Amino acid sequence: MVNPKHDDKKKYQKETVSEYTKIEEFSFGMRKYILNMALNAGASSSHLGGGLSMVDITATLFGSVMNYDCEKPLWPQRDHFILSKGHGVLGYYSALCKAGFLTEEEIMGFGQSGSELLGHPIINPSKGIDFSTGSLGMGLSLGIGVALSGQRKKLGYRVFVLMGDGETNEGSVWEAVMAAAKFKLNNLVAIIDRNRFQQTGLNADVMCIGDIASKMNSFGWEVRELDGHNIQDLHNALSAKNNSNKPLAIIANTIKGKGFSFTENNNAWHHGVLTKSNYEQAMGELLENRKMT
Amino acid sequence: MMVTKSKAGLWSKIGARATFGMVALDLGKDFDDLMIVAADTSTSAGLERFKKTYPEKIIDCGIAEQNMMGIATGLASEGNNVITTTFAPFQTMRCCEQIKVNLGYMNQNVTMVGLASGVVQGMLGYTHSCIEDLSIMRSIPGITVLSPADCTETAKAINAALEHNGPVYIRLTGGSSNPSVYKDDYDYKIGKAINLKKGDDVALIATGTMVYVCLEVANELEEQGISTAVIDMHTIKPIDSEMVKAICDYAKLVVTVEEHSVVGGLGSAVSEVKTAISNAPPHLILGLPDQYGKSNDYVKLLDEAGLSVSSIVDSVLEKYSI
Repeated sequence: MVNPKHDDKKKYQKETVSEYTKIEEFSFGMRKYILNMALNAGASSSHLGGGLSMVDITATLFGSVMNYDCEKPLWPQRDHFILSKGHGVLGYYSALCKAGFLTEEEIMGFGQSGSELLGHPIINPSKGIDFSTGSLGMGLSLGIGVALSGQRKKLGYRVFVLMGDGETNEGSVWEAVMAAAKFKLNNLVAIIDRNRFQQTGLNADVMCIGDIASKMNSFGWEVRELDGHNIQDLHNALSAKNNSNKPLAIIANTIKGKGFSFTENNNAWHHGVLTKSNYEQAMGELLENRKMT
Repeated sequence: MMVTKSKAGLWSKIGARATFGMVALDLGKDFDDLMIVAADTSTSAGLERFKKTYPEKIIDCGIAEQNMMGIATGLASEGNNVITTTFAPFQTMRCCEQIKVNLGYMNQNVTMVGLASGVVQGMLGYTHSCIEDLSIMRSIPGITVLSPADCTETAKAINAALEHNGPVYIRLTGGSSNPSVYKDDYDYKIGKAINLKKGDDVALIATGTMVYVCLEVANELEEQGISTAVIDMHTIKPIDSEMVKAICDYAKLVVTVEEHSVVGGLGSAVSEVKTAISNAPPHLILGLPDQYGKSNDYVKLLDEAGLSVSSIVDSVLEKYSI
């Protein structure tokens, strides 16, 4: 996104409003896919809570902010996305499908025997998956390597790494946080999906994370804290040019299980089985909410 | 990269670590896309001149090996030919899961150079010694594991690793003065063991520093009328199973010798091949004991482990005479 000249202001405002609508549509489509994938997964169950908390983030990235071409998935100048919280595949595969990297048939195979799309992503660059992730605390380091290469080769791309807040329990995260600032990686963006839960409970109970914005700031990062379900805030923060020489951290305050009354802030849905009746209730709520907006 | 007699002579005087640094300087010219990632170890790896010559090709990520492996993988994924380096225990164990996921699982093009492996750093204790790396690295699918016999082979191994498609671990052993097995250029291929000396009775299969030691052992055994072969098993994975099978055809006793724990290293890799061969000859596994005893200076530790020339001769004679 560029800063508009005064004359272009109206045009710019119109364009951004339509961009927000585009992202909301993208996000709506992703949630539909997620419900269908989770239903198909059946007894093999899926990480619904953390998949849903990140939907608006990946919708904003893949639906608007990131430069990519699914016809040329290895385009050297493409922006990169790394799902460091690898269990969030529902919020990733659904975005890759909306973006055109994966087909509906492929994502509906999720959770089925023989599928390429497992509960954690497996490297498949032609499908927009640059890395295998799932073991927490590794993605930011990968992002640093990609960002360093882009800077040195002057390719101009940006690297977006999505982490969970529970993931920051891992010490390796802080090795990477320290290094990214040292290398002045202003082409790197770490987004922390701050849903305040991890596998067995609240962050505050399992391992207190504290004021993560201050921590990132003290490590030498630019930090923005925002509502991770506010499309306008997400779009503005993620698309703004980073004029500093620091990496950018976005603390996205989110709701685990966002979108459905029975999943929101209910950690039983960290990893669960979506029944047919759950599915029908959720789909009903999704359509109802869409009417209201 | 050219190997010459004078380079081989110089390398043997400076040891494997400094050889790595010198070779890297040459490889910086040969490989445009080379990137070295260090963990506050550029001095230990002899990379000062590399750093001055190619500041854009070296990244120091501080004392943070897990991050080092992640950064290396990100760079490799963007088409860079990446070397990581630190002391062997930190290069292999501190970041073991990153190696599994980033390199083994994703098959990324990263060459890891483990410095001062074995017990050369005995006076620093077992935190800095490394008797487990061959075992751990070879158990990770997809990782090629190299264990050069001397400084010339270190140079050959690094060059081969950079030309190889996939992750490689190179284990450097020996002190700052490293006796030469190879005094000039020779054919080196990953996965192809080298028969340094022919013999019919006993086959000594050695790796790392123990290759030179075994050449001396063979001389003593020959003096006692025992025809002895010496094989440089520079690649631990994939192990040269054809060579092992060929040895089992002629030798009356197979002896593996390594500056590594007797668990999981060369001896285990050879025995995994041998076990499928009917009527294979007996096998003596010589190496460091499976324990963290009192650490000591290098020579003393090798002596205590029965890895001096005379101890190996005695062990072979005892087994051979049975």
